Amino acid sequence: MLKLVEKLGGDFLYLLETTGRMGIFFASAIANIFKPPVSLYAIVRQIYFFGARSLVVILIVGLFTGMVLGLQGYHNLKQFGSEDVLGSAVALSLIQELGPVLTALMVIGRAGSAICAEIGIMRHSEQIDALECMAINPVKYLVAPKFVAALVSMPALTFIFNIIGIFGGYLAGVVLLDVAEGAYFQGMYKSVEWVDIRLCLVKSIIFGLLIVWITTFKGYFLHLNRTGVFGAEGVSRITTDAVVFSSVSILVWDYLIGSIILS
Amino acid sequence: MKKLNLEMIVGMFLLAGFISFSWLAVKMGDINPFAEETYPVTARFTSISGLKEGSAIELAGVIVGKVSNIELDTGDYEAVVHLDIDKRVELQDDTIASIRTAGIIGDKFIKLTPGGSEIILGAGDEIEETEPAISLEELVSKYIFDTK
Repeated sequence: MLKLVEKLGGDFLYLLETTGRMGIFFASAIANIFKPPVSLYAIVRQIYFFGARSLVVILIVGLFTGMVLGLQGYHNLKQFGSEDVLGSAVALSLIQELGPVLTALMVIGRAGSAICAEIGIMRHSEQIDALECMAINPVKYLVAPKFVAALVSMPALTFIFNIIGIFGGYLAGVVLLDVAEGAYFQGMYKSVEWVDIRLCLVKSIIFGLLIVWITTFKGYFLHLNRTGVFGAEGVSRITTDAVVFSSVSILVWDYLIGSIILS
Repeated sequence: MKKLNLEMIVGMFLLAGFISFSWLAVKMGDINPFAEETYPVTARFTSISGLKEGSAIELAGVIVGKVSNIELDTGDYEAVVHLDIDKRVELQDDTIASIRTAGIIGDKFIKLTPGGSEIILGAGDEIEETEPAISLEELVSKYIFDTK
């Protein structure tokens, strides 16, 4: 009985400690972005890894998401004889929901897991301690460029996803299923407002922050991992953790941001 | 040709992102830095139910402006609607502004019917002749209950 209470209390304290550590880590990463000297080349390399290398997967996922939306939207709207609103249905669901969320999930799978494993292995092989010994601030050297890269790349990827998705909907709806081209685009221009685009922008920026925050945090504090498993197995565990945790927080925050901005 | 290096790929990627964003913002968000100039006029309606800021203003079916602001005149309980009209469109002072609905359940918009007067409205003038919003529910209930 006492064991149970002890375990419960220990879990709670651990949770509290982790939350606090996450907060401090976030604050120090943000502060380190602005601390000179800013290494632009490191940032460019991270944008290349985080954004440009994710482009192909985003293009494919975006195209097919748009095509599925066009196809299913067409068959549902046809029942009401209102195929003309297909364009706005595709554009609104892409811009408000699917663009930011699917981009974030793909980026977690492609770049987030890699970031987590990279930093985790650096921690495990004591490279981070070595940086500290050389008086190089590891947060500034390793983490801050990744934050900047995520902040810049995520909105870019999300908007590319939106455009490709709209084009995919055009392919499925207009080219294959014969919706009028003018109706597709005019409906879209009319129904999409600046509010929707702003929502998409805010979502993508926050998702980018969440992804890079959670994945770098998990990797950076590999050695404080409570499971007591380090080394290769530990890295694989924290990477899984980071992917699951960041995917779940993306979906939770998606709802929260939507309810704050749309209300 | 010089081989593509990392900076160029990143540059192209960011450029693509920026172009996508600006296309969406300009085409769909109506944020257009090169927008044509407009001039403001006002119109008073007894009811504007359903009209929103940003609603379209049509003349002969062509969109010539949008509603910039709606306020309530607390003196005589009328709605004062501020319209932004395209500079190239000249309105006579006996133009009629009426609130219509696109389709049965579509958006409300303001329909302008040009008049025959010689006097042209300038910035800040008021359109005197207005027709309020027609409420479908009221029409239906009038039709149902006025059969005595």
